[in-house]
Amino acid sequence: MNYDEILNDRIQNVKPSGIRKFFDILEEMTDAISLGIGEPDFVTPWHIRDAGIYSLERGHTKYTSNAGLLQLRREIAAYLNRRFDLQYDYANQIIVTVGGSEGIDLALRCLLNPGDEVIIPTPSFVCYGPLAEMAGGVAKYLELKVENKFRLTPEELRAAITPKTKVLVLPFPCNPTGGTMDRKDLEAIAEVLKDTDIMVLSDEIYAELTYGQHHVSPANLTELKDRTIVINGFSKSHAMTGWRMGYAFGPEPIIKQMLKLHQFGIMSAPTTSQYAAVEAMRNGDPDIEHMREEYDRRRRYLVENLNRSGLSCFEPKGAFYVFPDIRSTGLSSEEFCERFLMEEKVAVIPGNAFGPGGEGFVRACYAASMKDIAEAVSRMDNFLTNLRRKQGRTE
Amino acid sequence: MEKLLELLEQDCTLTTDQLALAAGLSEEEVKAAIRKYEDERIVLGYQAIIDWDRVRKETVTALIEVNVVPQSADGFDRIAERIYQYDEVESMYLMSGAFDLTVIISGRTLREVALFVSERLSTIQGVTGTATHFILKKYKEKHLVFRPQEPEEREYIFV
Repeated sequence: MNYDEILNDRIQNVKPSGIRKFFDILEEMTDAISLGIGEPDFVTPWHIRDAGIYSLERGHTKYTSNAGLLQLRREIAAYLNRRFDLQYDYANQIIVTVGGSEGIDLALRCLLNPGDEVIIPTPSFVCYGPLAEMAGGVAKYLELKVENKFRLTPEELRAAITPKTKVLVLPFPCNPTGGTMDRKDLEAIAEVLKDTDIMVLSDEIYAELTYGQHHVSPANLTELKDRTIVINGFSKSHAMTGWRMGYAFGPEPIIKQMLKLHQFGIMSAPTTSQYAAVEAMRNGDPDIEHMREEYDRRRRYLVENLNRSGLSCFEPKGAFYVFPDIRSTGLSSEEFCERFLMEEKVAVIPGNAFGPGGEGFVRACYAASMKDIAEAVSRMDNFLTNLRRKQGRTE
Repeated sequence: MEKLLELLEQDCTLTTDQLALAAGLSEEEVKAAIRKYEDERIVLGYQAIIDWDRVRKETVTALIEVNVVPQSADGFDRIAERIYQYDEVESMYLMSGAFDLTVIISGRTLREVALFVSERLSTIQGVTGTATHFILKKYKEKHLVFRPQEPEEREYIFV
């Protein structure tokens, strides 16, 4: 069988991530520290786990409604109102998905016709481009600049728009840069989109993890609300990555189509996870605050120490990553990461894995223990000192 | 400043620069505050929490309920002091309810603990009765769970 000819071209054309090789090395190493994976190091809070277990004890083992448990959607609506001042109708504007990723996939597949363009600001999470292309769209990457604190500026957006532009992805707070958009930034974006039919896909999975500022969604702006689909979930806010719990909300006609797709492809999100999520929405706010405070502590420690060791590091205001500029070392992102891993046994991710604009940077995730972070910082000092010595630039 | 105490309570191995960043203070302020807390015995000490069961075969900890006759002038304090002066006493609390004092003692052997109770504790003037409960297994202490790290079988994924 010639599988290449049998398989779908679009799928085959999507390249697998190059990061795998780092993880393969890492898995073999003892005594290695990983700041590579973007995942909370916290275990899901016990009361949330317990709610999942209790749902099993009570025998809730069947499908839920396609859109998700009614009580969960009600709780999500209340949560959105309570924490982000967003008003959505649980009955027809919210859908519970299998992680945020499913929501992104659903939204793109519902919006894109063949050849429609999706503007994807990068560096950003890796799924948007492949999912857009598998949905028949064309990914158009827009390079964000460190000088702009990795925000999307109206000028950059205006220059990227073509008659074929259908969707603008807003990945803020941003993985891997930690960049955020405040209300003024979003107002400027709204101004550019004003006379277009461009839809906004806002991935707000890190909305709860902002530091010294409150997250603003494009859906908070009346000018943008009707054209915005928001993706969110429980993975980052409640340390629930393995439960695969996300949700999407937006204008009813779009959610209706997304629900259709979800209904045929997925049926319903895992029932146990949904019951756990109800508890997370009802009683999980203190957990969020607690974890955010912890992340913030590590964030400040890491940023300060990276800057001190000579890597200029933009202060991330959201998510749980730092994205230091490593150009002063004269190494490429991949060389830097490979050597850092081989010489000091610390894994960070090369910035170019996150798309155009990422070269010259590396991503370190501070959702790790303080002990590991402190050790990683000291190994970074070693690494940089040795590097400078080897390069004959000893200070 | 309470923030600093909370941080120390969680992990007293944090360095002053880590504490300073976390508490939003300067390193000098942290050092000064810690010195003050130590002088005033608000911070009593710094100890590791050890799972002795995994190191040596025989360790015995007992919780002893003690009933006493309080003395008119000093109440319970005088007699409490006579008890907690013994090195064997690890922790001790004055209780509400059915008995007066909880005394936690640890020894190397069951016999050692039993002897302490019968020969030292029970004979103290004012002690009217004791009930000794041996601790069979420690699950959690000071928010820390007594359980060896389970090797986690996982593949790294790119997120």
